[in-house]
Amino acid sequence: MEIKPTPTRDGFGEELAALGKTNPNIVVTSGDLEDATRAEYFKKEFPERFFNLGITEQDVVGTAAGLSTMGYVAFATSFAVFLTNRAYDMIRMDVCYNNLNVKVVCSHGGVTVGEDGASAQCLEDFAIMRVLPNMRVICPCDYIEAKKATRAITKTFGPFYMRTSRAPLPILTKEADHFVIGRANVMRNGKDATVIACGVMVSEALSAAEKLKHEGIDLKVVNMHTIKPIDVPMIVSSAKETGAVVTAEEHQTAGGLGSAVAEVLGQHFPCPMEMVGVKDSFGESGSPAQLLAHYGLKDINIADAVRKVITRKKG
Amino acid sequence: MPSKTIDIESLKKKAVIFRRDILETLEASGSGHPGGSLSAVEIFLTLYGYQINHKPDDPRWEGRDRVIVSKGHVSPVVYVTLANFGYFPKEELKTFRKFGARLQGHVHTKVPGVEFSTGSLGHGLSFANGIALGARMAAKDFKVYCVMGDGEIQEGSVWEAAMTAAHHKLDHVCAIIDCNKVQENGTTNEIKSLEPLRDKWAAFGWHVLEIDGNSIEALKVAFDEFNSIKGKPTVIIANTIKGKGVSFMEGKSAWHGKAPNKEQLVQALAELK
Repeated sequence: MEIKPTPTRDGFGEELAALGKTNPNIVVTSGDLEDATRAEYFKKEFPERFFNLGITEQDVVGTAAGLSTMGYVAFATSFAVFLTNRAYDMIRMDVCYNNLNVKVVCSHGGVTVGEDGASAQCLEDFAIMRVLPNMRVICPCDYIEAKKATRAITKTFGPFYMRTSRAPLPILTKEADHFVIGRANVMRNGKDATVIACGVMVSEALSAAEKLKHEGIDLKVVNMHTIKPIDVPMIVSSAKETGAVVTAEEHQTAGGLGSAVAEVLGQHFPCPMEMVGVKDSFGESGSPAQLLAHYGLKDINIADAVRKVITRKKG
Repeated sequence: MPSKTIDIESLKKKAVIFRRDILETLEASGSGHPGGSLSAVEIFLTLYGYQINHKPDDPRWEGRDRVIVSKGHVSPVVYVTLANFGYFPKEELKTFRKFGARLQGHVHTKVPGVEFSTGSLGHGLSFANGIALGARMAAKDFKVYCVMGDGEIQEGSVWEAAMTAAHHKLDHVCAIIDCNKVQENGTTNEIKSLEPLRDKWAAFGWHVLEIDGNSIEALKVAFDEFNSIKGKPTVIIANTIKGKGVSFMEGKSAWHGKAPNKEQLVQALAELK
């Protein structure tokens, strides 16, 4: 059955509510945004295991940390900006330093938040989450993958950060595809360059590959759904196969997926690399499509970066 | 539950031993926080020596009451308490703040008996509430204590948690504020006044007790009252003296975060007999 484009937050919310039926240990805290994060699907089914703590992000994380010590898998939920930024010290100390079974799951990552503008568009969460010891960072590319990621982080003990989208994203993966934390998925093979992308940028990368095919450029596209721990073997083997790498993320180019890939390449297999992402700028109001275009996060921008990196490789 | 007994005289003697241990531990480490450790001696002593259900030889015993140390810098009084109650050998106090030691500068869960690693202020009460909510869901009856500093409650996160505890009627939560009136760079009154402190907590929906926090008798009475309070959390405003028991440290912000040297240790120990 064809599934129409769907926000990854829906995949999270639906799967969490489904998991609640068989796993009595799942509990959820929310900063009064469960309607937006889709944690409300869980709340409707299991109100006794759901805590809307009000507009108190520090408390949303700290309470989840306490709950987790009673044997619960505690999900702390809100917008990405509010939990990762406002409650950073609680994520650092309570969740990561104490290494507790807390899953920080946030919707509203990236500029595709749209009209709400910069204050709600988180563009630094990968950077500030992945730098924390014990933390693992995931950004699913579609609704199906969001469901699988939700299952995987529930099953795996310890701190996780997962970013979901408000915007509908095209369905790129199948239920039967493997999803393993820390193991990237090859979306298409190619020999001239590799695009390593996550979230909404995976579909843009696949679209870029189609465009470049007409120019005789054969592009490999990797869906790096886990930003930490990053899949080092996949990055190195792709670089060796294609000799050039482009990263694409709906995030600052500083500190995020591109930086994580650059750290790997710099140490293991230096090669020409370009980064597609937001360049040291806040977001603004507009439609998701307008904003992706404005910030250079479209297939055409990835294609430009690929042409450039291939020229550098040949140079 | 059988009524508990308390030997006040024996605990008072222990308080002297605790203070001596704290100062010796600090002098050996060369750094750390004496002021808030000395002020909180009776709080920890009455908790572990009278109030809480615990098994030092089984620190993770499921039925234990939880003590969350939100003011993580008072690790000296916490470690001295745990060592004296048999959680780990007293000998280990000499390793405080040393490389490779379990006894980290701020309280850490590596140390048997420590429930939550802290050191950044304003974290303990949300965590305590989370435990209490989880315990209620699991139909467990243990209590959760959260020891905070008075300077600490300048943190806004404390008040987020204060609202949660009252809203969810967490009557198994007892916050104890070591109200020693002094913080790093002066008094709380000079820096950012907490007053009217009783009214603030009462307005937030808490059962408020205000006592002499350096009195074991007063702490016992307060804890007994907490046991009987239903439907709301309890806060004990424990009025204490920063640096209590050492004349040259009492009430001095300079002794918030500085260890005594050998000479000062000798002088302090001479006062603690």
